[in-house]
This record gives sequence, structure tokens and C-alpha cells, in this order.
Amino acid sequence: MKARTHGARRAVAAIAAGLAAATVLTACGASDNADDSTSGSSANALDAALKKGGELTYWTWTPSAKAQADAFMKAYPNVKVTVVNAGTATDEYTKLQNAIKAGSGAPDVAQIEYYALQQFTLSEGLLDLSKYGFDELANKFTASTWDAVNQNGGIYGLPQDSGPMVMMYNKAIFDKHGIDVPKTWDEYVADAKKLHEADSSTYITNDAGDPGYADPMIWQAGGRPYKIDGTDVTVNLQDEGTKRWADMWNKMLQPGYLSDIPTWSDDWWKALGNGTLATIITGAWMPAIMEATNPGAAAGKWRVAPIPSYDGSATTAENGGSAESVVKQSKNPALAAAFLRWLNSSDEGVKTFLANGGFPSTTAQLNDPAFVNAADKYYGGQKVNQVLVDAAKNVSTGWQYLPFQVYANSVFPDTVGKAYTGRSDLNAGLEAWQAQIVDYGNAQGFSVNK
Amino acid sequence: MSTVTEEPVAATPVVATARNRPVPDWRGWLFTWPFAVVFVVVFIAPLTYAVWLSLFQDKLIGGNSFVGLANYTTALHDADLWSGFGRVFLFLVVQVPIMLALSLIAALAVDSARLYARGLFRVVIFLPYAVPAVVAVLMWGFLYSNNFGLTASINGWLGHDLLKPFAPRWILTSIGNIVTWEYVGYNMVIFYSALKTIPAELYEAAEIDGARGWQVIKAIKLPAARGAIVIATIFSIIGSFQLFNEPNVLKPLAHNAITSAFTPNMYAYNLSFAGQQYNYSATIAIIMGLLTAVIAYVVQLRGSRKEDR
Amino acid sequence: MSVTQRTINPRLRQRPERSPLHPRKSIAMTLLMALFLIYALAPIVWLLINSTKTQSDLFSTFGLSFGHSFAFFHNVKETFTYQNGIFLRWLGNTLLYVVLGAGGATFLATLAGYGLAKYRFPGRSAYFAVVLGAVAVPGTALAVPTFLLFSQIGMTNTPWSIIIPSLINPFGLYLIWVYAVDSVPTEILEAARLDGAGEMRIFFTVSWRLLLPGIVTVALFSIVATWNNYFLPLIMLSDPHWYPLTVGLNQWSAQASGVSADPIFNLVVTGSLITIVPIVAIFLFLQRFWQSGLGAGAVKQ
Repeated sequence: MKARTHGARRAVAAIAAGLAAATVLTACGASDNADDSTSGSSANALDAALKKGGELTYWTWTPSAKAQADAFMKAYPNVKVTVVNAGTATDEYTKLQNAIKAGSGAPDVAQIEYYALQQFTLSEGLLDLSKYGFDELANKFTASTWDAVNQNGGIYGLPQDSGPMVMMYNKAIFDKHGIDVPKTWDEYVADAKKLHEADSSTYITNDAGDPGYADPMIWQAGGRPYKIDGTDVTVNLQDEGTKRWADMWNKMLQPGYLSDIPTWSDDWWKALGNGTLATIITGAWMPAIMEATNPGAAAGKWRVAPIPSYDGSATTAENGGSAESVVKQSKNPALAAAFLRWLNSSDEGVKTFLANGGFPSTTAQLNDPAFVNAADKYYGGQKVNQVLVDAAKNVSTGWQYLPFQVYANSVFPDTVGKAYTGRSDLNAGLEAWQAQIVDYGNAQGFSVNK
Repeated sequence: MSTVTEEPVAATPVVATARNRPVPDWRGWLFTWPFAVVFVVVFIAPLTYAVWLSLFQDKLIGGNSFVGLANYTTALHDADLWSGFGRVFLFLVVQVPIMLALSLIAALAVDSARLYARGLFRVVIFLPYAVPAVVAVLMWGFLYSNNFGLTASINGWLGHDLLKPFAPRWILTSIGNIVTWEYVGYNMVIFYSALKTIPAELYEAAEIDGARGWQVIKAIKLPAARGAIVIATIFSIIGSFQLFNEPNVLKPLAHNAITSAFTPNMYAYNLSFAGQQYNYSATIAIIMGLLTAVIAYVVQLRGSRKEDR
Repeated sequence: MSVTQRTINPRLRQRPERSPLHPRKSIAMTLLMALFLIYALAPIVWLLINSTKTQSDLFSTFGLSFGHSFAFFHNVKETFTYQNGIFLRWLGNTLLYVVLGAGGATFLATLAGYGLAKYRFPGRSAYFAVVLGAVAVPGTALAVPTFLLFSQIGMTNTPWSIIIPSLINPFGLYLIWVYAVDSVPTEILEAARLDGAGEMRIFFTVSWRLLLPGIVTVALFSIVATWNNYFLPLIMLSDPHWYPLTVGLNQWSAQASGVSADPIFNLVVTGSLITIVPIVAIFLFLQRFWQSGLGAGAVKQ
């Protein structure tokens, strides 16, 4: 598949690859793939595959996928892309795991959220794209999203969207109760108390216990509970940053200032629409979704603000966001890689994604003045993207997910969840979670906390 | 279509397979082989494979290795498994009698011919059985909602939060309600059919003896329904031990109250699909299967022994 | 019936209600039993009412009251056209699985139940014990191994991975067995044999008609089970084009969640309603059969 060219062309290409790697603005690790591939020839390989054509299966749950596939097929008529919604998040991961284990039935390209990527690279189900010169694409993406796909020196996917955390608040409710937009968590906690005491059917926000929410919150507080080094794993869910979040959150959880409506439920949409929830701490992808869903005709009532901080700095974390990867089982890896490259790094692919309400991870779009300054009528004319783009620039680095994060998240309700239902100390719940994680990791052959 | 034949007279040459000669009759296999073949493919083969799986361990780091009965030993000490088992046992002991009692009452009421529009009752009460579990949970999930559902209204009228269907204390009851709703009609139909086959002569005899209402029920109807009650009990017990669909579909709405090891079946499922621990999952499933089979067998023995008395 | 019999037997006029053969209808009992009706119907009523609401109405109005607009027909249309009409495809899939799966299951169970009832063949008791024992094994014990086995032969993600496992209905086997013992008198078989008919021919000309109520009962239960089958298709199928309605509805419901959320609860509700309708219709249609079928089966132990 790879057309290896010789001689001068190869040397030039190698230098080019090396330069590209050097100018990468990220904290990505060893991307010295100069010896492995030549960017010129791998680009050729991909282009050749596109010309030759073929068929691809693409598993995803993004609403923009169909439009993207159609645009791609128009540009490359020899390629047929079948978009399949094999389930949302963990549902899809289960199927993907099963297919990888069974050795057949997997798609060519699959959408995988950042937190789950490691689990798939570990089971060696994903293709290392550095051999197609993907390392050169690093500077197209934000640092944190590139971090997520760049693991163990390989590149296992391309980021599609990002979810830097922001706070959305219901201005109508804030005005009604005379609350100013909180800038620090202390203010937030005080507002929680004030709001709930003024009106016991209203809450500052909801949290029914969700690992996809707890992890980014711990991240923002400076916690780094998971440290991975090969097969050595250290888990400390009581490190300084984690405790900082847990202690602060306890102040709202225990007295009952948090609503226990589960996020994404029917009830939750209703609560957003009718003023039961005053704020949500969420990812940058949420404003577009709320606008599209328009629960209870809440147009004009909500605004977007930076997430409160512990110390006045603008630090935030990523909540959600996914990449697309090429599955090793693919019978046509070059074509799949070519499609992926188009999907997430070409202007047209990204544009189509944005048009359907996504929030980008590509620096070009994030820096585009038209994007940044767009005023959104749904949010009272606020230039929402400004807040979101600022957040994207302030995601703190150094976060790692577990190599079996999908499993860890599945036992979150069993452990930390109990603290939520009993409105007791989150720290105790986190310790229980840690214990289960350690047991599982050791049973699976890792060396955890040893 | 049915012709009445005379009793086989001794003078008639007796054809080979007579009722009174214990000759092995292989013709039975003519009819039973298709089922058997599919059964082997669909059941025996996977079961054997499950037993095989349970003797190995496949780790994320380190690969596959034979471990003998190690998985079983781990399972015996596994608190998650036994608390889940205890939970379904409790569920069984409470929900099954309630559901069967309700079904029996409904069957008796419909059979008594004292209801207006009894055809309507028969059909409507059976209706929930036609509803897939996914849909049933969706509907009840709404009704249980303390924010916008029926529970909210009731709590509102009462003035304070009395009903909390998703709280850990009540979640099992909430699930029990859904399961009862789904199967009351099904069991009612089983009992009703048994009652309908009671010959009219028995009733006439009772009438002559002067038996009334409750006596009739005790003396005629209940004994006739005994067999059906035993069968329904056995299947309900098996169903209780295998409880999975309802808690699993309800989980997103009550995910802190319903843990991943809430029932043994859920535990096995999550071991496989959330934890990639296929071998241990197979072990759990086999242990549960054995326990269920033993308990069902015991119930069946007791049930038929009573009958012979 | 009660009126004519009362005039036949004038004595009974003096004993008005309690006679077991000639009961008088009771309003009190009917009202009490009406509670059952409400219990059985409440969730379905909820489904009916909410299928008339638009998506945003679902989020803003009380559950058991109607929305601001009557969107039922719009919802139905949208259910059938959403995502290029995949709902219709799911409906078709479910029908396929039901016809082949439940049909096949009924056929196999009838044959085997008849064989068990009418022939004392070697291995008979073992056969029966093993099959009934199968009922006790949890579905999850078999799900993953079946999946792994099927994937070895490349059969996952095909309709056969759903249909073949549906072909085994142990309870159906038991029902036919019990029913056949009484409803197919051995004398008839003997007579036919004397006439020179082979066993299979006897079955297909004589026996099956006698078994009909039992067959219809088993068919009905198989149809319900296959129509509502959820767990197995969930694991076996990754391509939504082969989903049955249950798994498809679940996917639509899950679509409301996560980063790329696109809630379509109104379609989930309407789709659920449409899913129930055919089964209900079949019940009503086949009522007479399954009642008499179950009767004989359940009584004889």
C-alpha cells in the first residue's frame, strides 16, 4: 500500500516531516517518526487509495456524519462510505470491543471519545496512523485534544470535537433572585445556598453522580488521580486536586443544594426549560445542542460564562469530545486513513461538522474571527463562541485517563454513586471507587499501586 | 374427524407397538430430532463453551491462561455475586406470591361469571404482557418521575415526598411493580384456562350438596388449579433469578440505586461487556444456572408430591 | 346463559346469587376488578396521550394531560420517515424474525412435543429433562459464548444470528407434550397405522388438527417472545439495518444523551405505541385458541 520512493525525494520528505514534528505546539511525546515513514510518500499513498476507491464503514453517533459522508463521496466518487449508528458511547464501545475480540465485524473507522481511546489502543484494536504521516497534522489541533490521540508514541486517531468546560446559566432565574454570575467556586457555593433557600424547587445545578462529569471536575481542580507508565498504573483519588473538588462539592451535595435529576433525562430537559436548574457546568458542545433542542422554549433566557475557578485563574478541563480512529481490522486501512484525514482535518470536513452544531478541536476554526465573533440570538445576542474559544485555550495539561476507563466508569455508580444517594462524603465514595479500580487493574495484569 | 374405535379385541392381530409391551419405539426420534439438532447448536454448544471459558482467564495484560477452578473459588467469595443473589431471592419471596395471588384472584373473578364485560377484563389484564420490557420501563419510568410524573402529583397532593420510587430503599419494590404489571395477566390466563376445564358435573354435584361461593372455590377450583399454580410458580422463580431486562433498562434513570451487580444476571452481563471479563462472567452464569435449576427442581418435587397425596 | 337456565330450574329462583353454576353478576365485584383494569391500562394510556405531543411539549407539559397541539399524525409520519424510514425497516425485520423464528419454533416444538407424548422412545426422559433444564440457565450464560461461537463462523450481525436461537422454545415443547397426551388419542393413531399410514403422514393429516389449539397457543407465545426479543439482538447486531423494533427504539432513546445529543423522545413514544399495536391485534384475533389450548395443558400434571 505504501509507495516507497527513493533517493532525494525521500530525504526531502524526511526533513519536512522532522520540521513539522518540531514545530508542533503540543506536549505530545515522541513523534519522531522520521525513520518510519516519509510524509510525502504517505500522502501519496492516501491519495492513491482515494483514487482507487473502495468501500468503508463508519461507526458514529454524530448528527453531522451523514452530511460529512455525502460531501466526501461527492469529492471522491470512487469511494462509498456507509455511516452506521452502532449505538451511543458505551453501547458502541461494547460492540467494538466484541468485534475486535471476535476478529471480525468491526468497522473501518469508528468514533471514540477521548476517555475511552486508551482502552482501545491497549487492546491493540486501533491502527497507528503515524505511518501515514499523521503526526504532521498535530498543529492543526488544540494541545489537549492532540494529547488524547497521541499515546505511547503513536497516533491513534484524529480529534473531531472538543469540550472545554464552561458554565451556562439561566439569566432569567439569576435576575429573579438577584444573583450575580459567580466567578469563583466559593461564590458558586454561596449562590447555591441562596438560591435553594429562596425557592426550594430551584437548584443551582444537578448532579446525580456521573463519572464523565466527575473526572473533568477533578481535572479542573488540579487533580491528576491516574498516572500511567506502561503497565504500571498509579491511582490516587484522594490527591490534593481531587480532594479540593470533593470538599467543595460536598458543601453543596450534603445540604441538598444539588438536584438529583440525571443529566440527559427527559426530566432534565424539562428542568432546563422551566427554570428548575439555574446553571449547568458543561462542555463547549452544549450551547449548540440546547439551541437545537430548545427545551420548553427557553430561547433568550440562557447565557454562557467561563467556569468558576478555585483561585481566580481561567483554568478549565475537557468534558467529553471524541476522536475518530481507524480500526486495525480494516481491510482497506489506507483508504480509511484518507477518509479520516479528510473528515477531521480538511477544511470541508470540519466545516460540515460545524454546520451541524459541533464544537471544533481544530485551531484554524477556533481562531477564525468570523466564528469567534458570531452573535447568537438564542443566547440573547451574546458572542458565545468567544467564551468557548477562551475556554479551549485554557485547558490545563497533564491529564491522563485509565487504560480501562470504560470499566472504571461503569463501577462509579456502585461506589461514588452511594455518596450521592446518601448525600454523604464524596471522599469516602472516591476511596471505594479507587479500591475497585485497583482490584480490577491488578486482576487484568496491570501493576496498580504496587 | 375423531372416530370412535372399538377396544382392541384379543382376536385382532396385535400390531408391533402395543401399549402393553415395553418395546423401545425409535419412531419417536423421527419427530424429535429437528428440535434436538437446533437445541445442540443453540444451547449445548454455547453452554459447553461457557464451561470451557470458565476454566480460563484472559487478561488485558498477559493474555489467556488455564486456571482450573480458580474462577469458581473467587466467585464463592465474591460479595457482589452473593448480595445480588440475596436480592433476587428476596425479590422472589415477596414479588412472586403477590403476583400469583393477584393473578389467581383475577382468574377466579373472571371465571366466576359474576363480572360484567368479563371478556374485556380478560383481554385488558393480559395486555401488558404484549408490551416489550423496553417500552414498559419507559412508561413506568415516567410515571415514577418525582419531577414531572404521577409520583410528583401524588407527592404534591400529600404535601411532602412520601413516594420515592428510585431511592435505594424502594427501587426493588418499583421494579417488582413493573414485573408484576407485566406478568399478572399472563399468569391469570394460565390459571383461568385451568379453571375453565373443570367439568360442569363437579359444579352440579356441589350445588346439590349445598356448597356455596367460598366453599366451591376451596373444594373445586383451587385443587383444579393446583397444577397450574405449581407451573406458574416454577416459571416465576426462574424468571426472578434471571431478572435482568427491567433493572437494566431502568438503570439510566436510577443509576445510583441500581448498581452494576444489582442482580446476578446484570453482574454477568457487565463483567462481559463493561469489564471484558468473559471468563469470570461465564463462571457466574453457570453458578447461577445451577442454583436456579436446583431450586426450581425442589419446588417442582414439593408441588407434585402434594398433588399425589 | 343465566336467564334461560333459571327458567328451566324454578327451584333456583329461591337461591338467588350463590349457586356456582348460575351466578348473578355483581356490580361490586366489577368495580373492585376495575382497579385491575386501571392498573393494567395506566401506562398504556400514558403512551397514548404522549404520542400526541410534540418534542418540546413533552418537556413542558404534565405527563397525563394533552399538549398544546395535537401532533399525533405528525409524529406517526415522522416516526416512519426519520432517518430514511429506518423504522419501517425495523418493522420489517421484526416481522421476518417473528415469521421465521416464531414459526420455526412452533413447528419444532410441535413435532418434538408430539413425539415425546406419543412415543416411548429410548432417551425420552433424558431428552425431556435436559430441555426443561435449559429453561433454568440464565440467558447471559449463553449470550457471550453464542456470540463468540457465531462470530467464528461469521454469522454475527446477520438475521440468522437472531432467528436460529429463537427456534428453541422449551415451554412450547412442554405445552404441546402435555396437550398431545390427551387431545390425540392413541386409538386414532392405531387405526391410522392399521390402514397402513406412515407416522409422518399420520401427523400431517390427522394429529396436527387435533393439536391445533395447543399449536396456536405456542405460536402466540413464541410470537410475543420474538417480537419483544431485546437482549440477544442487542449483542448480536451492530448494523442498525438489522435491528428489530425493540433495539431500534432503545437506540432512539439513547440518542438523547451525550455530546452529540439529538433527543427525539416524541418518536420514541410514538414508535413504542406502534410497536405494541400488532401484538395486541394478534391477541384479540387468536383469543379463542389460546384459551382452550392453555386449559388442557395446565391442568394435567
